[in-house]
Amino acid sequence: MASRLEELKAAVRKALPDLDVVIAWAAGPNSLEHTPLFITSEAEIDLMTWDPRCSQNLAGYLPGLRGKKVGIVAKGCDARSITELLQEKLIDRGQLTIFGLHCQGAADPEKIRAVAGCGNEVESAEIADGKLTIVSRKGTCAIGLENGLLAKCFRCTGADAQPCDQFIGEHGAPPALTDAPETALDRLEAMGMEERFRFWEEQMSQCIRCYACRSACPLCVCQDHCAAQSREPHWVDQTDHPREKLMFQAMHALHTAGRCTECGECERACPVGLPIMTMKLALNRQIKTLFDYEAGIDPEKTPPLFQFRETEEHIKERKW
Amino acid sequence: MGAARYMEKDALPAWLEAVGKSRLVLAPRLQGKSTAFLPFDPSKGVSLKGLATASPKHALIPRHETLMEYQYTKTDQIPPRTGLEVRELIPDQPVLVFGARPCDARGFTVLDRVYDAGAKRDIYYCARRDKTVVATLACTEPADTCFCTRVGGGPDDATGSDIMVTELDQRYILEAVTPRGEAFLLEQQLPDASEFAAKAQACRDAVRAAMPEGESLLDAPDKVEALFNEMPFWDEIAAKCLSCGACSYLCPTCYCFNITDEPKGNKGVRVRSWDNCMSFQFTLEGSGHNPRATKSHRMRNRVGHKFCYYPTLHGGALSCVGCGRCIAHCPVSMDIRSIVSKALVYEKAPKEHTNV
Repeated sequence: MASRLEELKAAVRKALPDLDVVIAWAAGPNSLEHTPLFITSEAEIDLMTWDPRCSQNLAGYLPGLRGKKVGIVAKGCDARSITELLQEKLIDRGQLTIFGLHCQGAADPEKIRAVAGCGNEVESAEIADGKLTIVSRKGTCAIGLENGLLAKCFRCTGADAQPCDQFIGEHGAPPALTDAPETALDRLEAMGMEERFRFWEEQMSQCIRCYACRSACPLCVCQDHCAAQSREPHWVDQTDHPREKLMFQAMHALHTAGRCTECGECERACPVGLPIMTMKLALNRQIKTLFDYEAGIDPEKTPPLFQFRETEEHIKERKW
Repeated sequence: MGAARYMEKDALPAWLEAVGKSRLVLAPRLQGKSTAFLPFDPSKGVSLKGLATASPKHALIPRHETLMEYQYTKTDQIPPRTGLEVRELIPDQPVLVFGARPCDARGFTVLDRVYDAGAKRDIYYCARRDKTVVATLACTEPADTCFCTRVGGGPDDATGSDIMVTELDQRYILEAVTPRGEAFLLEQQLPDASEFAAKAQACRDAVRAAMPEGESLLDAPDKVEALFNEMPFWDEIAAKCLSCGACSYLCPTCYCFNITDEPKGNKGVRVRSWDNCMSFQFTLEGSGHNPRATKSHRMRNRVGHKFCYYPTLHGGALSCVGCGRCIAHCPVSMDIRSIVSKALVYEKAPKEHTNV
């Protein structure tokens, strides 16, 4: 792992003179989750780090940096967000230098904290032989990948960053994971409509309306001009009612339908841990069925809701 | 200190239930994946381990509150005249906040200076404050992100509390701090704990002595003010900020609000709801101009407010109590401690180089 990091640092060092900024990861105040690092000078390169704790998708910063020459370090799933942003012409490929990595899996701080004695003052995290090994001041523990990785790793569509300009290390397969844990979507699908409504009512009553889900979403590009905060028209009122908060989640899900790459940033960012990607997963299933499309996979494709075709292959409206 | 009472730890739920008959009890409860101060429910219990995800500030400034209801009416006269009926809704519910931490309680005093400021009394806030008893649980295991001792507080700080609760073996020792706490405690059917007071004190002293050291941030106001026009500093700090409101909404001292009329036909309510300075809309003016157009400007305001503007207005008291929630729950791990530390040692670039 250390040699990968050195290789990465060398690549960034070489490219930096021609770039305005390189976005990477560095150790932060939370020893189970690394923090974004914006490199503008050579001295900052040594702060870079690379291990399973680099769970944040950095692609969300790209649209805001449009017009600058940006370098970005990306995992496989992060690159899907980059592809989708390129497909939607929200960023410029020519301005972008992608340092691609093979990801062995991204650590889930919450799951790891649930394993006794593993959460605090973590010094290193490494994946080898199907185990996530966490070394902290309190000792070492090896966790099965199923119990240590983020939920999105179970849906990994490719662990190698693609597209990329410089690939660091060797290519490889996604982490071998079996026994995907039951998701909120699985549970919801087993419920009746009334029960589903109560589920969301309960979840949304916990929402503090901080909009971290939206701010963290790489494809939520309206950001400062979000319809949820517009006074005129007043789509969502300012009360703390679960109904209003669910309305916002519905807006978020519909605005990302057929665009969401399931990077999980919305859920990772949520300070109260709500399963808010569930609606996006449900819509993505529909998109897959109706349009046979998955977001952020093929840079040549046009997202289905970005185009109009007189007849859709999977929608037989004339036969209704 | 005044009255002291104790109870066995096992007896806490029953006691909270009994108190709940005459006042709303807000106590930390694990709900889903986070802990929040929620109305006590005997079937769901309390979760007093560590620091709750969200602070208990909503006891005094709810996430949203209806300030008044209004209704437009039309008279039968010809031509008809439009009348307006307005009814204000002043809260009158007595509350016990149980299990706040010393930083949370200190946070209430930050709110007091703003909402209960002599001639400028916010009637909604003051009505709540007068009827709220704050029972604070002294800390025993500070987290990595705690820094109360660097901003004037401590794991045993009684500022803002009416009652101090100390864990002593299998018991909770409750000691009155204010006359309001004293009056409340004397109403309770709990045995006297005067004999344990010295032991409880020793317990709290031991935790304070074990707090990790760190430089004091009390001298930050001048340094932070000097950086007001140093935008490169704020650009660098704010680069990774997502501009969400998680830090402000979990913070025990952030008190800014928005006011909106929510009409439904001829009727409506005027709502006051939490707002936060990290949001673009916070300073967006009617003309479309925004004096804090970038996240760097907004970050400067958040740090500046807590470590410069507020203390300048309020006798040096910071509006940060060091609970560390903004660090622990930030999606990108922003660390306000290191921002202020950087401000303390930041050397401005010489003028002639700033345009290079």
